[in-house]
Amino acid sequence: MAPHDLRRPFKRPAISDQQRRREISLQRQAQNRRDAQQHARCLASTLLYLQFPQAEPASEPELELESVPEFQAEFGTELEVEFEASPREFDIRQASKLKGSQARKWFAGQLMLPEWMIDVPDQLAQDWYVFARPAGKRCFVVSTNGTTVSRLRNGSILNRFPSALPNGARARDASGSAQSYSILDCIFHESDQTYYVIDMVCWRGYSLYDCTAEFRFFWLNSKLAETGACDQPSYYHRYRFCLVQVYNCDQAGLSAAYTGAVPYVKDGLIFYNKHAHYQTGNTPLALVWKDENCSQYVIDTDSKGQIPSQQQVVLELQDNGNLTTSDDPPVVFGFLDEGFVQKSGLHPGNLLRFAISEGGLSFVDGKLARADLKYLGKSNRARAFADSYSKVVFQHMARHSPLQFDDLLASIGSSIDQEDKPSEVEMVG
Amino acid sequence: MEVTQILLNAQSIDGTVRKHAEDSLKQFQEQNLPSFFLSLSGELANNDKPVESRKLAGLILKNALDAKEQHRKFELAQRWLSLDATVKAQIKTCLLQTLSAPVPDARSTASQVIAKVAGIELPQKQWPELIGSLLSNIHQLPANVKQATLETLGYLCEEVSPNVVDQDQVNKILTAVVQGMNASEGNNDVRLAATRALLNALGFAHANFSNDMERDYIMRVICEATLSPELKIRQAAFECLVSISSIYYEKLAPYIQDIFNLTAKAVGEDEEPVALQAIEFWSSICDEEIDILEDYGDDFTGDSSIPCFYFIKQALPALVPMLLETLLKQEEDQDQDEGAWNIAMAGGTCLGLVGRAVGDDIVPLVMPFIEENITKPDWRQREAATYAFGSILEGPSPDKLIPLVNAALTFMLSALTKDPSNHVKDTTAWTLGRIFEFLHGSTTETPIITEANCQQIITVLLQSMKDVPNVTEKACGALYFLAQGYEEGAPSSPLTPFFQEIVQALLAVTHREDAGESRLRTAAYETLNEVVRCSTDETAPMVLQLVPVVMMELHNTLEGQKLSSDEREKQSELQGLLCGCLQVIIQKLGSSEPTKYVFMQYADQVMGLFLRVFACRSATVHEEAMLAIGALAYAAGSDFAKYMPEFYKYLEMGLQNFEEYQVCAVTVGVVGDICRALEDKILAYCDGIMTQLLKNLSSNQLHRSVKPPIFSCFGDIALAIGENFEKYLMYAMPMLQSAAELSAHTSGADDDMTEYTNSLRNGILEAYSGIFQGFKNSPKTQLLIPYAPHILQFLDSIYMEKDMDDVVMKTAVGVLGDLADTLGSNAGSLIQQSLSSKDFLNECLSSDDHLIKESAEWARLAIGRAISV
Repeated sequence: MAPHDLRRPFKRPAISDQQRRREISLQRQAQNRRDAQQHARCLASTLLYLQFPQAEPASEPELELESVPEFQAEFGTELEVEFEASPREFDIRQASKLKGSQARKWFAGQLMLPEWMIDVPDQLAQDWYVFARPAGKRCFVVSTNGTTVSRLRNGSILNRFPSALPNGARARDASGSAQSYSILDCIFHESDQTYYVIDMVCWRGYSLYDCTAEFRFFWLNSKLAETGACDQPSYYHRYRFCLVQVYNCDQAGLSAAYTGAVPYVKDGLIFYNKHAHYQTGNTPLALVWKDENCSQYVIDTDSKGQIPSQQQVVLELQDNGNLTTSDDPPVVFGFLDEGFVQKSGLHPGNLLRFAISEGGLSFVDGKLARADLKYLGKSNRARAFADSYSKVVFQHMARHSPLQFDDLLASIGSSIDQEDKPSEVEMVG
Repeated sequence: MEVTQILLNAQSIDGTVRKHAEDSLKQFQEQNLPSFFLSLSGELANNDKPVESRKLAGLILKNALDAKEQHRKFELAQRWLSLDATVKAQIKTCLLQTLSAPVPDARSTASQVIAKVAGIELPQKQWPELIGSLLSNIHQLPANVKQATLETLGYLCEEVSPNVVDQDQVNKILTAVVQGMNASEGNNDVRLAATRALLNALGFAHANFSNDMERDYIMRVICEATLSPELKIRQAAFECLVSISSIYYEKLAPYIQDIFNLTAKAVGEDEEPVALQAIEFWSSICDEEIDILEDYGDDFTGDSSIPCFYFIKQALPALVPMLLETLLKQEEDQDQDEGAWNIAMAGGTCLGLVGRAVGDDIVPLVMPFIEENITKPDWRQREAATYAFGSILEGPSPDKLIPLVNAALTFMLSALTKDPSNHVKDTTAWTLGRIFEFLHGSTTETPIITEANCQQIITVLLQSMKDVPNVTEKACGALYFLAQGYEEGAPSSPLTPFFQEIVQALLAVTHREDAGESRLRTAAYETLNEVVRCSTDETAPMVLQLVPVVMMELHNTLEGQKLSSDEREKQSELQGLLCGCLQVIIQKLGSSEPTKYVFMQYADQVMGLFLRVFACRSATVHEEAMLAIGALAYAAGSDFAKYMPEFYKYLEMGLQNFEEYQVCAVTVGVVGDICRALEDKILAYCDGIMTQLLKNLSSNQLHRSVKPPIFSCFGDIALAIGENFEKYLMYAMPMLQSAAELSAHTSGADDDMTEYTNSLRNGILEAYSGIFQGFKNSPKTQLLIPYAPHILQFLDSIYMEKDMDDVVMKTAVGVLGDLADTLGSNAGSLIQQSLSSKDFLNECLSSDDHLIKESAEWARLAIGRAISV
């Protein structure tokens, strides 16, 4: 039992560089493994089919369609054929890597588009949220790989900029993989150069498509501010992001959304069903409603910005001469006889413009029975889709017997005292 | 031939005779083990035999009972236990009998063999009479028997764990040992044996140290022994105090004043071996208090097991002057002697620890010493002053230190160039390194390196690149920390203008003729590595230029022909450094797209060189080249496929390298890199790789630390090849299951074991994650359903065990999500039924660790979907 060696390290760094190299390698490998795993996890959960946009541009609340014809031209019918022929499996992660026209094609048609509110859904107070829609351009904001891109509804790029969103700038971000991406559903509000976030589709690589609106709003509210995205713009954060105040659609909430002061110009109210998943294209589980008090754009204008004396609609001519909306299934608004079609040189698939004459629209049991249509001509070539049923009806109602704010309030009734429930979602068995 | 003669021949200087004898012994052992053991023990016990043959007989016996390697150790123990009882009894009688042999070497050898046998038998509740019969020896008259018995008790305490000895017997052992240490014991050999035995027995004395009277008695006897006229007894007694300072820190308060007086006396007056132990006592107290205070800092819960008694703080006014005094006792040339350890070095090291234990309080006590001595003509005074300054740079707050450093920096830089003493320069360069290590970097508010002095600092350090090897080596260290302070990631670095010059200077150092001394070449390459790691985009083109330079160096090492074994070793060491350097460069350039793209033009050549290095065969090079290849695979991505046909055999060799388990572990990591680089293109090699990995897992010779990474590697493979993993499921899953069962519970394990168990759990869980994610969206997910209940059970049990670390927690909650994600509703119902999934998920959701939280949030989504389907 000789005395133990009691030498201690003397004038030496405690760790050898070789050990350091090993450890750095292990760290890199662990990080790469995490990335690979996360990649796999995100793949799994966001598998979507690449559908060519079935969205009808005309059903969008903002109606600058006439003024932005160039984007309409980007997806002609030939593309439609190409994609329908081979519906490819596609996921968001791949989409986030797409460049140029590929990316445009993919992102076009990925937004969830509200129908126009033509009657008041049941259970408005229980099952719905409401918020005041900021006026501006609806877009997806995608942050990944150190940059942020906003894309309009047709997929074209609005802005490319650094942001404080996850991986949204080349600044150092210790958390998460550089490749993870986030996608927000926003409205870009020109006058204060702010992106108002109205929904969250993916966050740090996790897809929220299959989550309820209730959950998505909860997530949006708890996650966005953490990143600093709501801070004032700076070198690494060019535009401010802002949450929109979302209310439970009880009387108080509805009134607050309608009359409450907001930092942006309002363009109607948006209603979201709490239980609805994020669905690309048109959905009746999101609704838009407007009146003159809360929107400058209630009634459609023509290409000169004037309100035509008669409501105009765009309908699609079918093989059998029927004139239909873009809905799935289509709604028939009228009929052109063969003679007229031939004489005017029209073909099935043409989008035709009509005015609604004095006879207006007649409804029986809530269903459209007759429309008094007057043919005006072919629509602007840039148009890709006919109007949707809800749009036509809403516009019609707006001109004749609008759905009033009081009607909305009345439908909620005064009976149920809605408390401001926290929108926390628990895992339920 | 008679056994005595064989044993003597086995120690012959004649190689042939020796070889023949060794063969005979081996043959004897293989033919008849019991009779082999019997004759060896008979030889050892026989007082008529020559001491040489007796010693060797004992040594062979000892080695036949124990081995370092865990698996071999177990085998030997089993072999001994399976011997016939009468044979064992006979051997043990011989051994005990030898304790009274007149020849000290025979006694001492027997002591060690007895302890080995005890180490095997006592845990099995065998040989219950051993301790009793040893204790009865204590009362025998001949001092040599007493001495041998105490020595045996000491070895015994070293061999067996305290929980296999009854407290009653512990009491008796301690009584005997402490009596033997007592000043009344006239025989110094007995007293020394007793003191050394106590050192090993201290770990058994928990109950006795909780009893005030017994503890007082033991402490008194030890303290008295530190004053013994016999140097070795004083040394052993201080060693006991060192050991007590860490085992029974919380019991020391009543004795600390007396101990201080004893250590002060020893440091001031005693011979060096004793003085070194006395200083070590205070270093050890510092270690304890630093640990305790660190725990306080982490998370002061109030129920921290041991409170800090602030012994160092209390002793400070006397302790610091005592330590400063030792600094002046340097030896000439201690900086050139790798093995040197003297009182000045021990005192300086202790001073540094004191600084860490007390922080700012040390500064005013040390500054006057520095100021008084730093300009003295005697180099010892200047060196001591500099060393004192360097020692206290870790611990006190930057606020306290930065003004001092700012005032001293110019002086230091001038000392490094102008001081006539190499010793002073060495310590000055080391001190500069410490300044940069602890006070320079983005975390400090007022930078000590500014635009104004940066140029001068670098000029001086680069000038030192031409100094004597030990000074240059320290200056390299200073450059290393200087670079480290300019952390990676910033857009630009103040070092940029000097980058080229620094790199040139370091390369020049590696070419110095004396670069083999003082690990100079190693230091230069390590510094180069750090300079590259911390470089910015601005200097990326220069890092790129370094690639062909280092490649050429590596190429040159491969040209040498017919090397002597000494030259071969040097060559392989150099190859290791160069491969290490390339690894760092590849990792740096590979981390951004543009530089990676440019680097890839060299990829073929670099890979060619690595393959040639493998062909040279040397373990350390093997490992460094392997690490570098991992970095290359990561950078190359799927292009790496073209190297696989040639590289594969080395990959396999690496996986088979059980002896150098680091190499094996590194290779397993590289398999993961390649999986991620090649994805399904690795499929062609998977049969071979999986076979080898499965073999490794079944082997009990492979170091256990490699097993968790192998499991993780299963996950990497499955993720890469997806449902093609199907054919390995029937082998991999049972292995994972049985490993999971083993690692589910840790009850009663020590910290090391718990840490290992957690790394094993993490590996297993990573494997499950990879497999489940790999199968996702495949029609074969059904194949995984039968494994789900077991995996959920595993998650349940580790959750219940409540000893998961954060890494395991993160991986485990991820697996929960993976199950749901891949199996959908099939997993949904199982998860709902499982005992703790919901609690576990909720716990993870509220975790402070963002990685855990992130995984948990994902798992929540996946489970939500699986349940709602």
